[in-house]
Amino acid sequence: MNKNHRVPSSRSLNAVEVKSKFGAEFRRFSLERSKPGRFDEFYGLLQHVHRIPNVELLVGYADVHGDLLPINNDDNYHKAISTANPLLRLFLQRKEEADHGTFGTDSLTRKKNTVLSAVLLRPDHNKKKPPVIISLPKDFRPVSSIIDVDILPETHRRVRLYKHGQEKPLGFYIRDGSSVRVTPQGLEKVPGIFISRLVPGGLAESTGLLAVNDEVLEVNGIEVAGKSLDQVTDMMIANSHNLIITVKPANQRNNIVRSGVGGGGGAASGSSGRSSDSGASYYGYSSHSAAASIPPHIIQNFPVGELESDEDEEDLVIEAGGEAEPIRHVASNHSMSSLPRYEPHLNLRTATTSTFSINTNGTLPTSGSSSSLSNIKATTPSPDRAMERGSLEEDGTVITL
Amino acid sequence: MKRFRRHGQESQRDRLKQELFAFNKTVEHGFPHQPSALGYSPSLKLLAIGTRSGAIKLYGAPGVEFMGLHDENAAVTQVHFMPHQRKKTTFHLFSLKQEAEHVEALQENPVDPDQVIIGYGRGLMVIWDLEKKLAIQHIPATQQLESVCWTEDGKYILSSHSDGSYCRWMVGGQDTNEEEKSDIPYGHFPCKAISKIVQLPTEEGPPFLLFSGGMPRASYGDRHCITVIHGKKHVALDFTSRIIDFFVIRDGPEHTEPSALVVLVEEELIVIDLQTEGWPIIQTPYLVPLHSSAITCSHHVSTIPLKLWERIFAAGKHQNAHYSKKPWPVTGGQNLAPDPPQRDLLLTGHEDGTVRFWDASGVCLYPMYKLSTAGVFHTDADPNDNMNQVTEGEWPPFRKVGCFDPYSDDPRLGIQKIHLCKYSGYLTVAGTAGQILMLELNDEAAEQTVEAKVVDLLQGQEGFRWKGHTQLDIQEDPVMFPAGFQPFAVVQCQPPAVVTALTLHSEWKLIAFGTSHGFGLYDYQQKNSVLIKCTLNPSDQLAMEGPLSRVKSIKKSLRQSFRRIRRSRVSLRKQHLQEANARLEAELAEMELAPVQRKIEARSSDDSFTGLVRTLYFADTFLSDSSHNTPSLWAGTNGGCVFAYMLRLPSVEHRADEPVTAQLSKEIQLMHRAPVVGIVVLDGHGAPLPEPLEVAHDLARAPDMQGSHHLLVVSEEQFKVFTLPKVSAKMKLKLTAVDGSRVRRVGMAWFGSSRTEDYGESGLLVLTNQGDVHVVSLPHVKMQVHYPCIRREDVSGIASCVFTKHGQGFYLISPSEFERFSLSTRCVVEPRCLVEAPLHSGCSNQHQSQPDGHALLNDESEYKGRRIS
Repeated sequence: MNKNHRVPSSRSLNAVEVKSKFGAEFRRFSLERSKPGRFDEFYGLLQHVHRIPNVELLVGYADVHGDLLPINNDDNYHKAISTANPLLRLFLQRKEEADHGTFGTDSLTRKKNTVLSAVLLRPDHNKKKPPVIISLPKDFRPVSSIIDVDILPETHRRVRLYKHGQEKPLGFYIRDGSSVRVTPQGLEKVPGIFISRLVPGGLAESTGLLAVNDEVLEVNGIEVAGKSLDQVTDMMIANSHNLIITVKPANQRNNIVRSGVGGGGGAASGSSGRSSDSGASYYGYSSHSAAASIPPHIIQNFPVGELESDEDEEDLVIEAGGEAEPIRHVASNHSMSSLPRYEPHLNLRTATTSTFSINTNGTLPTSGSSSSLSNIKATTPSPDRAMERGSLEEDGTVITL
Repeated sequence: MKRFRRHGQESQRDRLKQELFAFNKTVEHGFPHQPSALGYSPSLKLLAIGTRSGAIKLYGAPGVEFMGLHDENAAVTQVHFMPHQRKKTTFHLFSLKQEAEHVEALQENPVDPDQVIIGYGRGLMVIWDLEKKLAIQHIPATQQLESVCWTEDGKYILSSHSDGSYCRWMVGGQDTNEEEKSDIPYGHFPCKAISKIVQLPTEEGPPFLLFSGGMPRASYGDRHCITVIHGKKHVALDFTSRIIDFFVIRDGPEHTEPSALVVLVEEELIVIDLQTEGWPIIQTPYLVPLHSSAITCSHHVSTIPLKLWERIFAAGKHQNAHYSKKPWPVTGGQNLAPDPPQRDLLLTGHEDGTVRFWDASGVCLYPMYKLSTAGVFHTDADPNDNMNQVTEGEWPPFRKVGCFDPYSDDPRLGIQKIHLCKYSGYLTVAGTAGQILMLELNDEAAEQTVEAKVVDLLQGQEGFRWKGHTQLDIQEDPVMFPAGFQPFAVVQCQPPAVVTALTLHSEWKLIAFGTSHGFGLYDYQQKNSVLIKCTLNPSDQLAMEGPLSRVKSIKKSLRQSFRRIRRSRVSLRKQHLQEANARLEAELAEMELAPVQRKIEARSSDDSFTGLVRTLYFADTFLSDSSHNTPSLWAGTNGGCVFAYMLRLPSVEHRADEPVTAQLSKEIQLMHRAPVVGIVVLDGHGAPLPEPLEVAHDLARAPDMQGSHHLLVVSEEQFKVFTLPKVSAKMKLKLTAVDGSRVRRVGMAWFGSSRTEDYGESGLLVLTNQGDVHVVSLPHVKMQVHYPCIRREDVSGIASCVFTKHGQGFYLISPSEFERFSLSTRCVVEPRCLVEAPLHSGCSNQHQSQPDGHALLNDESEYKGRRIS
């Protein structure tokens, strides 16, 4: 796997000063900026200097904006080293004490005495780390992302809305309108489709990526030019579980300025939550070869080629006995079918391993109960129906059994 | 290397597609919408009808038809056949028009072509000599002129006037001020204008005098009448709609004997036999008004077995006893089309509770038989309301003619679904008020007690109260039914909502029906209910609103006013127009306030009408294990849900007494939740299962029960193939997500190759809400071809579309006309005909229709009025 090695900046200092905090204790040491080494070595070093050899740790650092970001693989480790200016402040936390949701914007400035936490820190027993995931906590649920920034004109924005399994309505309206295009014959007025209204509290509004009067250019990669309002409506609704709209924002001042580098937050660092999303999705798209080597228990949030095949959309079949399960695809010639797929609605498929991760959509109450559910599924041929029903209902899938 | 091969396969497939599929609109069936002019050529024996949209349609012998369309949507006001290329007449018409004030009428002297009579609006008539270019005679009528005509011998001129009078004037060298005869036929009180008058001599006996209009203004001013007077016989033919024009066909050795009166009224064409006592109507072989009562649904059955065909034909014969025995008098041209390869029936359901059976095998959509379901119910219809009755001693002596009667007595009678089994002759029809009738073909009239079964589809679901119409009252006493399809059982759904899905399995003797509340399975042999399933969603309150609840009152009052008074038509129309305008303005105002916008929201189970049953399907397939096939019933709902029931049928010897049972076997919820519009099981070869009894009659190959079966679920948005018995998704084709169109109609069809007789494929015919037709291959659900077919704004056209099993289809282009189209290269029904024009001016005189059945007229015809092209 090709690593995006950051060339150290033109800073003269070759040593990075590290201040590592674990509980009330501090350790100071330095690392060579040009040769930071691998993350697992670094992890071992931290355990060593803090004298906690058998404690599972979550490692976080404060970036230049004061945000607390995790270090859990080579990439973000290198990023942390390369951006340390000059001091790299580390925050260590026992994994079992991890406080969820502390990473992110203003997390440090807001909570001065925060205990470092992260969610996506790699479990200890799994020594072989995932090759591409940088910093997307697996229990985080993507809500929206800006994608394909590298291939789109800067005046356009491709926004992906993740509707799966959540209660929030998509919440927007579209209308007919006319837009002006530059053609060889000069300016030409052409009919277009525009966002006419955002429902307060809806998904579209909450992302902040769509606005009233944005012109809709594409829906899931298909141009809307020449299509009627009703057609575009139907296309959007048909793709509502995974809606990707390319818009020309009415307000062109907030466009993403392309940084030229796909990883990390890039220039859109003003909102690190979003920017990390876009970065990650960019990775998801570009790392086709890597996808195959992802361990099965890791649910890939951005399966390769998801644009083309929405395998996440699975129908549900209830057999006569009342046993409900999503309809699985027959192993076909589809090259992607062997990949772990995103399970948006129901996690009741017969689990292949007991560590099968469940929480991707975040709607199940705790991961504990759902994994026990999959255990039941795996071990008992006739599962407890009542329990299944309960979980089905909790999942928001409407089945009247 | 691989690429090359694939490319080769694709081009081979493309070639095959060309051999299998081709899109053609072939023929228009029915009566032209808004006709505006009528013409007839006695020499060619061709009839021409012009319409307000600028179409000219020519008809001759059955099967001979041509159509031409003006470039612009300009109404055709007059149609004239110009015999012998006498173009100078036209020339003079225009020159005369320029010099005079308001020419109302212009007629050539039948004896001396140099003389024409010109009638001016104020009443003055002038006989003009074209050769000498001077007026021969002035006739000063005092009343405003409506029409003039010469008598056959050229000795008299008849004029008709706006006050309901007509006059006969002697043609002589001298100017006279005296009319030879003057009469106001329906006089005393003020009368309406006589718009056209014709007098025709007979070989022996008195002449025929025919005129339109002239009715007493106050009492019968709203009637559309043509009066025929022949000796002592005097009849005022009372038509169903406004008279456009009429002419008389004459035969006999000299072609002078009036034989048939052809009348074009706004909604139908009527031909009256003037040579048979009682002047009966000659049934038209084409131009039959499909909309005599509004069409509410249609059902096509291909390849009818001869036996059933003959029985239906015989039943229809009984109904047509009152028609004239004379052959169709318009006989021009030659029908060159080969005999249709098969017998096809198109069944149309109507708002008045009738089902009409049309011979749809060829170019002429010919009415075969009419079934009325109203007799099963108590309705407020007047049983004595016979359209053809003559009341003795009435003046004017009215006689009602025509079948156009759009005012339904009870909209609940409307037919919504039809299913005919062509092998057993069992028919099931379902209507607006939740009624499902089972009918059986009987060659004799018979008295039947119709057994009713009420089925509660709510199944105790609480919190629902039906707000729609009530059910129809079923006649409890035995009812006499004429020969034909006779009902023997009625299932009444409760609530009495519109039946939205219906299917029949004549081998198992079961019918399945569905409404917006649920579905049921009924055993028509034992006459009991096998299964009832409520599909209502708790949030589905809208389903409790009947479709007629709000419309009904207006409609009923309208109907009553039309029925009882039948006079305020004009004023009502005006009122309607005003109402419509007001509504339009209000809508426009609203639009300006709030721009049209569409909500983008994922479909949820809370949407209304999710429980509405869209499709029902019987299949003998592998439902629970892969070694035993069993009968099954499949139902698909608006909410994207599919239910599958395993059916247990008793053995044949115990079929009458042991119960049929149904057990829920599978329930599939499509995640995209789009309405399920079609369910088909494909056999081991990927071919759709044959129809019931098809194999038993040796008309289809037995399905492959060895290989694994597949389930094809067609939703409005996707085509999905699942394995059976374990339901696993295998293939899918997405439509809406890709191009924004939705499936409106889907049908299974067989396409034969045009190149080789022995190659063919099954495919899915699909019509989208955009009006496009697609062919989707089976079992791989791949898009094959697509063509634009219907304008996407034409919602009623799209809703009316029906597919045949051989790749053809029909849709309504107006309330009264079906357009026929074909997607098959092999199965194309289109007019092929020849008209030989008499020799003149040395020009070509053969007009063979184009392969598409449309030929433009040239030298035979002249379009006047706003003439284009």
